[in-house]
Amino acid sequence: MSINATLIGQMITFSLLVWLTMKYIWPPIIAALEERKVKIAEGLAAAEKGQEEIKLAEKKAKTVLKEAKEQSAEIIGLAQKRANELVEESKLQAQKEGERLLEAAKAQIEQEMLQARESLRKEVSALALRAAEQILKEEIDKAKHQDLLNRTAEQLG
Amino acid sequence: MASEGGATGYIVHHLTPLSVGEGFWTLHLDTLFFSAVLGGLFIWFFKSVAERATSGVPGLAQNFAEMIVEFVDTQVKDTFHGRSELIAPLALTIFCWVFLWNAMDMLPVDLLPMIGSLMGMEYMRVVPSTDLNGTFALSLSVFFLIFFYSIKVKGIFGFIKEMTCTPFGPWLMPFNLMLKVVEELAKPISLALRLFGNLYAGELVFILIALLPPVVQPLLGFPWAIFHILVITLQAFIFMVLTIVYLSLAHEDH
Repeated sequence: MSINATLIGQMITFSLLVWLTMKYIWPPIIAALEERKVKIAEGLAAAEKGQEEIKLAEKKAKTVLKEAKEQSAEIIGLAQKRANELVEESKLQAQKEGERLLEAAKAQIEQEMLQARESLRKEVSALALRAAEQILKEEIDKAKHQDLLNRTAEQLG
Repeated sequence: MASEGGATGYIVHHLTPLSVGEGFWTLHLDTLFFSAVLGGLFIWFFKSVAERATSGVPGLAQNFAEMIVEFVDTQVKDTFHGRSELIAPLALTIFCWVFLWNAMDMLPVDLLPMIGSLMGMEYMRVVPSTDLNGTFALSLSVFFLIFFYSIKVKGIFGFIKEMTCTPFGPWLMPFNLMLKVVEELAKPISLALRLFGNLYAGELVFILIALLPPVVQPLLGFPWAIFHILVITLQAFIFMVLTIVYLSLAHEDH
């Protein structure tokens, strides 16, 4: 129960312990704690920023989507209009072409008819001439053939 | 064990330190040995953590050490507003060391003394805080630090002025000085005696319980041990907090 030299020994031990703690224990642990604090703060800030960015991106995506929708609607409208126009145009053209073709066909038919008539006439004339020749060769009996000649001439005229 | 020289003999035997030397130069070997071992344990554990300290995910040991360090750091920051490299590590050392001293109280009272007697040691007192030398070593070291910081912060004249001119002004100088001396001396004495008294009494109760019949012992020993978990932690905490308070007072200029 008495105070004695143990006191001095204990004080030396105590000083040694405090010195060791001060030098080797406290600083690294506190440094680790501080570093972690900073890391956590940074992480939280980054997370918050990320969330904000997501919100912003969502907003942006919505606007872009809306714009795209509007644009596509516009494009579809234009395309429909253009298609209608094209249909109308081609209809008109087809009609015109048809008319033109019809006209051409008619003209050709007319021409061919005229040609045929001409060639027929030529043939008939040739035929008539040959017949006349032959008849002439065999001495025409005027009295006898008057009637035939007359008829031929009538036909030719 | 109770039979050796009756109950009184048993108690006295348990509270007698293993000592060498005469008079003032007596050394309590058990106190010195156990406090050194416990101090080594403390340093070893915290050093191993400090070496592997990472700011990433802490392991179990690091978590535990960090918990204690942060607890101490909070106490220091709450009370002490200056900047000091010493106070926080000092508080950590005091808290852990005193706690470990006190925790020796939780070991069965006869366990280590029995092993000691097998090794030929007649006496053994395992709780260093039941030795006044142990508690006074701490409180006197704190007292010297108070002295040191008072003079360092206020200057030698500031310190003398504070000792002589407060609280009643320069005209009551001797009275002031007397008050101040008592005040300053009361700090280490109350620190040391509080810890000593609590742990000595606690150990004494454990020894008394050990004298009871074996059937009754757990009935009383168990609640007392649980209660003592609180006491040993609280006493370590009080010692630490008062140290911080005294040192922050020493840093303040009145």
